[in-house]
Amino acid sequence: MNQSIIQWFRFGSPQAFYPIAGRMIPWFWAAAAAFGIAGLWISFFVAPTDAQQGEGYRIIFVHVPASWMSMFLYLIMAFWAGLGLALNTRLSGMMAQAVAPTGALMALLSLWTGALWGKPMWGAWWVWDARLTSELILFFLYLGFMALQAAIDDPRRADKAGAILALVGVVNIPIIYFSVKWWNTLHQGSTINLTKAPSMAHTMLWGMLLMALCFWMYSIAVALTRVRAIILERERHTDWVKHAVE
Amino acid sequence: MNAFFATVRRDLLLALRRKSEVLTAVFFFVIVTSLFPLGIGPEPVLLKKIAPGILWVAALLATLLGLPRLFAADHVDGTLEQMALSPSSLGLLVAGKILAHWLLCGLPLVLLAPVLGLQFDLDAPALGILTLALLLGTPLLSLIGAIGAALTLGVRGGGVLLALLVLPLYIPALIFGAGAVEAHIAGLGAGGHLSLLAAMLALAVFFAPWATTAALRIALE
Amino acid sequence: MQWNSAGEFFAMGGYAFYVWGSFGACALLMFAEPFLAKRRLSEVRQSLIRELLADELELKQKNP
Repeated sequence: MNQSIIQWFRFGSPQAFYPIAGRMIPWFWAAAAAFGIAGLWISFFVAPTDAQQGEGYRIIFVHVPASWMSMFLYLIMAFWAGLGLALNTRLSGMMAQAVAPTGALMALLSLWTGALWGKPMWGAWWVWDARLTSELILFFLYLGFMALQAAIDDPRRADKAGAILALVGVVNIPIIYFSVKWWNTLHQGSTINLTKAPSMAHTMLWGMLLMALCFWMYSIAVALTRVRAIILERERHTDWVKHAVE
Repeated sequence: MNAFFATVRRDLLLALRRKSEVLTAVFFFVIVTSLFPLGIGPEPVLLKKIAPGILWVAALLATLLGLPRLFAADHVDGTLEQMALSPSSLGLLVAGKILAHWLLCGLPLVLLAPVLGLQFDLDAPALGILTLALLLGTPLLSLIGAIGAALTLGVRGGGVLLALLVLPLYIPALIFGAGAVEAHIAGLGAGGHLSLLAAMLALAVFFAPWATTAALRIALE
Repeated sequence: MQWNSAGEFFAMGGYAFYVWGSFGACALLMFAEPFLAKRRLSEVRQSLIRELLADELELKQKNP
């Protein structure tokens, strides 16, 4: 086998990854803080007031990044889950398990900020819009994944069962999104059309991108912290763990 | 293929010896659909509007009732392990079990739905569409549900967990199934909905037994 | 810069509740989550260190 591939597999062992993750975490926190400060500065002091929505539109700077992250993180979770099933590596399952709570948090934040945005703009806390509904279903999928993992005591079985669920979810998400959209267009009369986004100034786009990068870095840092805890919990009976905590 | 039919026959025979389990789900379906007019009021216009949704949601929940038993008994007495070790492929046997589950828990709902639809003032063509949609949709529910049943096999709090895993995945079936009847009532034609439902069924027939088998092998390890 | 005073900034053109409710919830949860993750890590670590000390004590008692 190719030398570099072997190298990658070595990083893939929990023993090798634990200290690497520990060294990487502060960098991701620093990046998250830097992007966050820049993003917040733009979102509150540079981006102009919106002509239609006034200052209320500023919620976009947390709402959109949270929605993006909730979707990305599900894909990342499914990627690690699939890798774990295919290659039978221990670390993959731990990564999938570490990513899930952050993904659920992002989905929750997206729903919460969406409701707070919807109330002043459309006069309702909740509209059965295709995107909002899909986000809610995504949140349920995260909860199902976490509940399944929590209910199975044997970590190896929990990993594999969770992996199958995550992959089934990934196949289903496009179908769910499409069906909800179809359903939404059929019932157009009763809902408000939300597809018209406010015309975006360049500065708004920059603010959103910077905030999205901040959320990315944050998610990676938290997931790495959590995966370190999971590694120690699962490998507590091995010798290397004893040396690692000394 | 012999093994497939043998599994179907065996599961049907076992179920017929314990009829109460099958009947529970059917009675549940009947009672739940009859409760809604009592809770909402007897106005025919309103009932006609909500009928497809109510019948479909009740069908979802009724299929859910039978799912935990799909593999549980065979898992406890070791039959499932014998199946996994047998020369015929486990996927085929699992497909047989899913078909038996649909014949026991899905088909009665399809046959009952037109009768229950009468309670909601649906006319004959609408009842036909409802039955057709359920005929395409309930196998889909059994197939998706089987994945959940295999994943939660022998797990703490399996029944509730199963509902949490499976119900979000049932949403497309619910939307297109109930949508078909609604579209027909609105005069839009139900063809699109029904073909999408059939497409999803084809996809599930192909993938679901495979995913269920993988999940069962994990549970048996 | 479109704010003339701090009060105007916090009022958010009448949308204070919605804007600060969104940003506040994000800030709160995004501080709580890393805190909980870190606590989980340090708890495992503490229990592992205690285990290690217990092993050492046992060894000392066996062959002083």
